[in-house]
Order: sequence, then structure tokens, then C-alpha cells
Amino acid sequence: MRLAGKGRTDRTAPVTFRFDGRAYHGFAGDTVASALLASGVRVIGRSFKYHRPRGVLTAGSEEPNALIEVLDGSSQTPNVRATVQEVYEGLEVRSQNRWPSLRWDMLAVNDLAAPFLSAGFYYKTFMWPRAFWEKLYEPLIRRAAGLGTLLPKVDDSAYEKAFAFCDVLVIGSGPTGLMAALTAGRAGAEVILCEDDAVMGGRLLADDGQIDGAPGVEWVKATLAELRGMANVRLMTRTAVTGAYDQGSYGALERVGLHVPPRADLPRECFWRIVAGRAILATGALERPIAFRNNDRPGIMLASAAQSYLGRYGVAAGARVTLFANNDGARVVARQLMAAGVTVVAILDSRSEASVLEDCPVYLGAVVTDTIGRHGLTRIKGTHAGGPFQIETDCLLLSGGWNPVLHLCCHQNGRPEWRADIAAFVPKPGMIPGLVAAGAANGSFSTAACLAEGLAAAGGSGVVPVAEDAAYALTPLWAVAGKGRAWLDFANDVTVKDVQLSAQEGYASVEHMKRYTTQGMAPDQGKNSNVGALAVLADATGRGIAQTGTTTFRPPYVPVSIGALGAGARGAGFAPQRFLTSDQASRDRGAPMIEAGLWYRPSYFPKPGEMTWREACDREVIMVRGAVGVADVSTLGKIDIQGRDAARFLDLVYTGTFSTLPVGRVRYGLMLREDGHVMDDGTTARLGENHYLMTTTTAAAGQVMRHLDFVHQAYCAGFDLRFISVTESWAQFAIAGPLARGLLNSLLDQPLGDFPFMACGAVAVAGIAARLYRISFSGEESYELAVPTQYGEALFRDLVARAETLGGGPYGMEALNVLRIEKGLITHAEIHGRVTAFDIGAQKMVGKKDCIGKASSQRAGLMGPEREQMVGLRCEQPIGAGAHLFEPGTRVHRETDQGYVTSVCYSPTLQGWIGLGFLRDGRARHGTKVRLVDHLRKIDVICTLCDPVFHDADGGKLRG
Amino acid sequence: MMRTGGSCVAELIAKSALSGRSVTWNGTVLAEVVLGPLTSIAVYPGQMRAVEQALGQRFPAPNTYGATAGVLCWTGPEQAFLIGRAAPDLGGIAALTDQTGGWAALRISGPQAAAALMRLVPLDLRAMRVGQAARAPLGHMNMVLLREDAGFLALVFRSMARTAWHEIEVALKAMAARAAL
Repeated sequence: MRLAGKGRTDRTAPVTFRFDGRAYHGFAGDTVASALLASGVRVIGRSFKYHRPRGVLTAGSEEPNALIEVLDGSSQTPNVRATVQEVYEGLEVRSQNRWPSLRWDMLAVNDLAAPFLSAGFYYKTFMWPRAFWEKLYEPLIRRAAGLGTLLPKVDDSAYEKAFAFCDVLVIGSGPTGLMAALTAGRAGAEVILCEDDAVMGGRLLADDGQIDGAPGVEWVKATLAELRGMANVRLMTRTAVTGAYDQGSYGALERVGLHVPPRADLPRECFWRIVAGRAILATGALERPIAFRNNDRPGIMLASAAQSYLGRYGVAAGARVTLFANNDGARVVARQLMAAGVTVVAILDSRSEASVLEDCPVYLGAVVTDTIGRHGLTRIKGTHAGGPFQIETDCLLLSGGWNPVLHLCCHQNGRPEWRADIAAFVPKPGMIPGLVAAGAANGSFSTAACLAEGLAAAGGSGVVPVAEDAAYALTPLWAVAGKGRAWLDFANDVTVKDVQLSAQEGYASVEHMKRYTTQGMAPDQGKNSNVGALAVLADATGRGIAQTGTTTFRPPYVPVSIGALGAGARGAGFAPQRFLTSDQASRDRGAPMIEAGLWYRPSYFPKPGEMTWREACDREVIMVRGAVGVADVSTLGKIDIQGRDAARFLDLVYTGTFSTLPVGRVRYGLMLREDGHVMDDGTTARLGENHYLMTTTTAAAGQVMRHLDFVHQAYCAGFDLRFISVTESWAQFAIAGPLARGLLNSLLDQPLGDFPFMACGAVAVAGIAARLYRISFSGEESYELAVPTQYGEALFRDLVARAETLGGGPYGMEALNVLRIEKGLITHAEIHGRVTAFDIGAQKMVGKKDCIGKASSQRAGLMGPEREQMVGLRCEQPIGAGAHLFEPGTRVHRETDQGYVTSVCYSPTLQGWIGLGFLRDGRARHGTKVRLVDHLRKIDVICTLCDPVFHDADGGKLRG
Repeated sequence: MMRTGGSCVAELIAKSALSGRSVTWNGTVLAEVVLGPLTSIAVYPGQMRAVEQALGQRFPAPNTYGATAGVLCWTGPEQAFLIGRAAPDLGGIAALTDQTGGWAALRISGPQAAAALMRLVPLDLRAMRVGQAARAPLGHMNMVLLREDAGFLALVFRSMARTAWHEIEVALKAMAARAAL
């Protein structure tokens, strides 16, 4: 219920939201948890395994019970912690892991079957018969398991990623963090202060302690005002630091737009990568529960949570409250509640030596042994020195002590150390280079100590504000002995018995226990249960807690959505898109685009009446063979190589000799990897004495550039050599076909003179300096004309218009592919990384001189009849690439596999199906038959083997 | 932006990658600009002094640029881009390549320029001073970045200009949406 005059929510700003379809009211500043508690809602979720009704345990991002789904029309987010989700007008949330409703959940039958469902149940039960696992058990278990549901659609919400840099990263904004940020900020450092919560101040917002004689919140206000005034300080609320990585890098998740209705362009979350000179861990501590029978009822929560609901939200966690604690600190909460007019029925202190001076009954040596109230606590049972007792109460507050939030310290494999006096693990110095833990995160729990350590961690030496400095006195109590199930891990339904069973079955190491029981493997990652569980394990195995140790804390500290990690990379955002200068012109002609690497290239140019791609493709092939075609080939890699040692360098990286290439000529080159296999092929032109232009395939442009850089730096750094990519600087167009020369002469400022096959030279187009290469990837007389990229679109449109006037036109990738297969020219379909120059019939190109890869290419097994050699295939019926080749009449089996097919097409020139493939001893088998089997396309046909060059074998057309 | 080249019978229209597009989000402007000639100058071994003399300006130190006569921006070891003026003849002392059409230039200026780019560039751009330059990734793209008086000048591969534009604009939109909270 809401208490008048209490809390820091804005009572002038009421907010209506819906939970499980019903409207509830809250105020701006409320979380779903605080607003539901204020409305008297006690059951918010169902537990994972036993489907037990659960309420709110905590008031922070560590919440294990109150997990909800947030629905905002277009998206649905499961496993949102109700303690984190802020309410806003129109917010719609619902409970999860229940069917048909939160109150009546069919799978709660698991709770009755609990005696059979202890840890290890699955491992033992579903072993036999073995075949049942995959078909029956696993699907069944998977259907019952899991928390929350997802919409079966892509999350198209906006997410963001960002980088930030600072001198000092302060993680957490309680007294420690604020003091550290203030100190570092005043000293002029660039400071980033990250706070997981929506507001800064940490426990000071709920506490009623004083700093410098005034309420702690006043100090928070004044400190924040000063920090806001500093240009060198950046305050980031709703930002959880999720991981500590190398060299001062931290990951952080900011909830940017999750506290307001969705709006256009506003990211839901932003994943930050923060690089900090040093970091101060001021993450505070988390209170821990105590295990006893039925300690998971709605209405049972941590004392500190009740304090937060009272102090921050003005909400009383119950009408008749009982406190069960093993320390002095928790009594503050009882006093605060009583001061606010809430009835505190009793304080049950498990210690036999403690003060009894409170304004309510205090029982020493008292423990809770059982609770009553399935859908909400009504009664507790317990014992103390005077014997058993029962108390009518609707809210039981637990305090089993505090655990420093040291998770980030462990992200680089460091292990924390056990401090017996506070019965908690604390960070050791140096676990993360450059990170210092201070305040409660360091095991110093008084406000005075927090302020002092915050100041010191930031390198300050000024006056520490005066604050409460009470000693933290506790006697450890992890679990109350007794029958029944006592919960340790609420999120994953792991009980004291499960942990004891784990030890009994031999899983005595803490890491084994974790996996056997699944303790710590729920969305809260064991934040509430880790220390309690290993204390029980330590007890069961007779070892101390220090020897038992903790499991490994791994990033992220809070759940991070994949959407945030992959911000911007969904769909087309996955990789850059590269567009040709001719892109619009091609699209204007209705050309479907095909992705080639990152490039978009026209597939074919449909004409009116053409119903299939094949019709367009066949026409384009015939057009090139009979008239002239124009294609944009700018995607090929182009590397400008200059210097007195350019020729030497090319002789080293290519199998062929380029030092003997005359100026004004082009030569085909084959490049090998160090291991002797083919890396890439292309043509290289000699533009001047010390000036070459290398072309690469589209696919390997980046790889070749990297290779050249490596060779230059590693093998010939002293060469007089400079090279740079000019792929983007030139728009280059193939003009192919018998009428190519005529087209060019209509366009060039000077008609072409003697310009034989494999010539190159400078030309001018409309006064623009251009380059012309007579090379062919089609087998026709063909030229490639290159102009500076800015003129590319204009030239393409002009070339196409002229070609059409001559009876030709543009051709796309499909026709380009058919033309090259007909001519037996290779692409990366053939030089796929496992073939040698010998395999493709280019062994004579590995010349007398040495080159990279030559020695390796001569190793045994890389040449000879046992190799699969490139062949041509002809067939009357359709064939498919990827098919395998067999001796006709033999069994189709991997052992009889003779080779495979890499490229196929229907050849309109030859009016039949042709292909390229690799076949064992293939060159010796021209003219014979081979059986082609394509299981994917259900093809099983006999092909005739032939030379890979189907068209114009003597090159007559090529040379014109 | 369009300009025409050539003076012969026919003319080829020159086009920049994004036709000089410009957009403003919450006071921060993203605009494609046309910078004029862009030439890569790669100095041959031992020729640095000679190149500096021929250019009439100092060769920029790594991650800097000078703007004496045209911008000369470091882009790699002994390599710089000369932007905005035609390169003199450096025959024998440096390898020149014309890169004019190969790069799209995007200018990002205004109060959110650094913050928006820091969505995509893993550098502390707030600390970058006028005269500093960097070769850094913009998302998954190759970029040359120059800090100018009013903001930043980003050179990206021309073919990727649309993606670069899209990613920077998305960042600007998100910044504007945050500011409206």
C-alpha cells in the first residue's frame, strides 16, 4: 500500500499501465514492481521449474522472481525484471511461465511432483532407451522449459552502439561512487559515472542516514548539482557496466528508451564500449536471503528491498511485517517502517546475543522454520529459546548479510578472497588492471567508510563528509535446518537439498555443483544465491567456504539483448553495400540485382515479352557474339603499382614474367599462395616503364591487396615500390562483340589505330583522359574502357545507347557467366582454393623464374594423373553445378567419386548444356563419357568430356 | 553536385556519389561535398625532401594534415592525399594516382557531430583537434577522417557512400530522438 508523504515518486504525475490485461495505477518514477506492490499485487511470476507463485524479492536488477514480458505492440520482450522496468502511460506487461493464468497454472503440478524432480532428475531419468532422447525426451523437456516467449518475428526496433573514453570510469553512484566522481571531477579528470538505476544516489535514496548533519539525499542532490556543472563529468543513468575487458575496456548497457512509450528513431538500448584510464568499482553490495522451508512465498522479500520500496516509492511492503535477520544493520529497516506507521510484528534475530531494545518485540536465537500462504504469506512458524511459535504476518523481511558486488573484478579470471568477519567474498587488489574496488563493493559497509574509500580511490585527500559509521555485526546463518524444501536459488528453483544431494553424489566441486543443480544459471546468474549455495556445499563437504571458493562470474553482469550487441547490423546493415556508378541506369532498365561480394551487379536486362531470366540471358549472349554488348566491370580489383622495382615485384608475386612485358601491353597473370595453390588470376597492364596496373577478381580484391602488402613488408621492404588500390577511382566497362571497335570509334576523340589483342593505352572520351585495354572475358573482340569514376554513369548510359543503335545493348552477370564458360575461362568457382595451376591446365605458366608458391606447387601429389583436372562437359539435358562425376556403370558412392562440376550453363551458342568441372586425370579423357549425379537437383545423366574451351578454340574471333 | 568535363563535341556529365545531398538533424548537418582533385602521393624511398620542395609544403606527420595550398593529409607510411588542387609533376620522386572519383566526402558539422560519429568510429573524436586526421573504420568501412573547424570531413569509398550516409544519418536521428526525451 502507498504511504502518504513518503517516497520520491512524482505524486502529481499518475500513470496507468496494464499487468495481465488489468489496469493499475502508479506514479512517474515507479517501477512495475513498486506500483504493483502499492496496488496490493503479491504474485507477479511463477518459478522456473516448480511453477510456484512468486512475488518480489529485491528492488534492483538482481531480481530473480518478478520476471515479466513487456509488450509494446510491435515487440515483446521476455524476462524483464519488474524491479527495473519503469512504468509509463500505456505500458503493457504480463506475467510469464504460466498457463492458462498466473493464479491457475497447470504446470504447478510439477510442485506436487517435486520429490521426483530433484537435481539430476533429467540425467538419471531420461537415459534409456537411448534413442528416445532425441525424438521424445528432449523435445518434451524443451517445450516445458524456458522462461518467457518471443514473437516469431524479427525485432526491428532501433538499437544503438557507441564508444566512449574517459580518464576515470566510476561504476555505481551510491556514496562511494558519488564521492569518487566528485573527487576525480574536481581534479579535472574526464569522468564517466555509470548508474544501473534510473536515478543516482544508491542506498542513500532509501536510507534515512545523515551526511554532514543533513539527510543523505540532500548530500546526493548537492553532489549531483556540482557534478552536472562540470564539463568534464558525464553522468549516465540506466547504464549497467556489463563486463571488464582488456586494456581498460568496459562494456555497458544503457536502457535508452525502455522507460517511455516507443517512438521513432529512439533506440531501446545502447551498448557502450568505454575505454577508461582507470576504473573505480563502487557497485555496492547485495543483501542475501536466508534458506528455510518455503522461504519463497510471495510476501517474503529482502529487508533492503522493503527499505527501497518505502524510501524511494512510498510503498509499504506489507501491513504486518516481520523481520528475520542475522545482523544489526537490518534493524534500521524495521525502525524506518515503524516510523512510517507500518506495524512490525516482530524482529526475529538468529543470534542469541544481540540487543532487544526496539519499539517492537525482539526474539533472540529465533529462526523461521516454515511459512504458510500459497498465493501470499499469511503465517510463519519458527522456534526460539522459548520453543516453537507462530506469527500472523503478511510480509517477512530477510537479511542474511551482504555480498559485495564484485562480479566485474572476476571477468579476467581473478578470484576474490573470503573475509570471515563479514562472511563475504571481497575483491583482491589488481584482479582487473586499473580497477579499484571501494566502499561496499570492497566490503566496507558503513556510509563513512564508503565516502572515505570513494575519496581515496579517486586519489583525493580532502575532508570526508561526516556520516554513520556503525560496525557491521553479523553471525552467519545460511540455512535453517529442517525438513522440506528451502530455496537457495529462487530463479532456478534450487534448494538446500539439491546442493546437499550434489555433494552426496560426488559433485562436490563448486563448479560441478553449479552444473548438477543449475544453481546460478538463471537470468540473475546467481547474484542472490551464489554465496548461500556454496556455504551449504561447504557444510555438506566439511570444507570451509574459503576452500570451496566461488564459481566463475562471467560477463555480462546484467542480461544484454542481442539487438543491442548487433545494433545497426540487422538485414542490409550486416555489411556495407557497394553500388556501381551504373547502378541507377541498370535499375531503370529493370535489371534485377545480384550480390557479388558486397557489390550489387545487374543480373540481366529484361526486354518486353521476356518471361524468364533465361530468355534475357540467351538473348544477351547471342547479342554479344553477334553484335556488341556493354557490361560494367568496375568491381574487379585494380591496383596501381609504381616504382623502379615494380617489375621485380610482379615477377615475384605472379607465376609469369612481367618484367619483359612491353609498355602498352597487357598480360594474363596467375598468382599462387605460399602453399602452391592458385590464389587469384587477372590481367596486368604496363602503363609505363615503372608503372603497372594490376586487376584482380571481384571476390579476391581485398585478399590480393593484403597479400601484396604482406609480401612487400615481409620480403621486399627495401624495394623502390609503391602501390595503392584504384578500384574505386576508375569506372570500367567491357565493350564486347564483333561491333565493339565500331562502337568505340564512334565515341573516342581519336579513332583507334593499331590496337591488337592485349594492347593497352591512353585514350580520350569527350576530352576526358581514359584508359583502354583490349582484353576479353567473353572470347569476342573486346575492350575495357576506364574513365574516372565521376564520369562512370554518363559513360555507361552513352555506351548502352550506342550499343543499342548498333543492334547490341547491355548484358548482365548471367550472360557474362555464360560467355566465359563457353570460352573456358575460370572464376573463383574453379579456383576455389584447393586447385593448382596444374589442375586448371596452366602449369606452363609457372615459368622458369622463381615466384611465390612455385616451390610448393612442385611438391609430390600436386601434379599428375591422380589430380582432378579441369575438363569441359557437354550434355543434351540440363546439368547442375555441385554435381559429382562417376565412371559410367559404377556404383555411385564416395569411394568411386571421380570429380565434381563447378560451373554450368545452357549455351545458346552451342545450343546445349555445357559445364566446367574437375575430373581425375580429366585431360586424358577428352571424348569419353562420364556419369554426372546431382542428388540435390535429382539429375543423373551421361555427359561427354571435352576441352574446357568450347568456343573459338583457336582465338580467331578474339584477335579480330 | 554536378559539373561537366570536356570541351569536345560530346560531354560527359560528372556526378558525385550522392549528388551533393544534405540533411540536418537537431542542428547537426550531414552533407556530401565535392572537394575537387584528390591525388595520392606516395613518396619514393629517400625522396621526402624533394617532394616537400616540389609541393611547397611539409609532408604531414602520421594522423595529421596540413592546409597550406590544398589539403595534404597523411593516409599511410610516406603516403598522403593532396586534396583540392592538382598535383604538380613529381615524376621520379613520388608515385601519383588520381583518386578524385574514388572517394565520397561527407562533412558532419554541428553540436552532435563528434557524438554521432562516435557511434561508428572507435576513437575519442572529442579529443581530436583541428589539423588531426585518422584512418579509422566507420562501421565496417574504410575511412580517412579529418577534424575541421566546424566538424569532421569523412572520406569513404565512393561505392560505399550510401551505406556511410545511412549509418551516419541513423546515428544523427538517434541523437535527435535522445535529445527530445
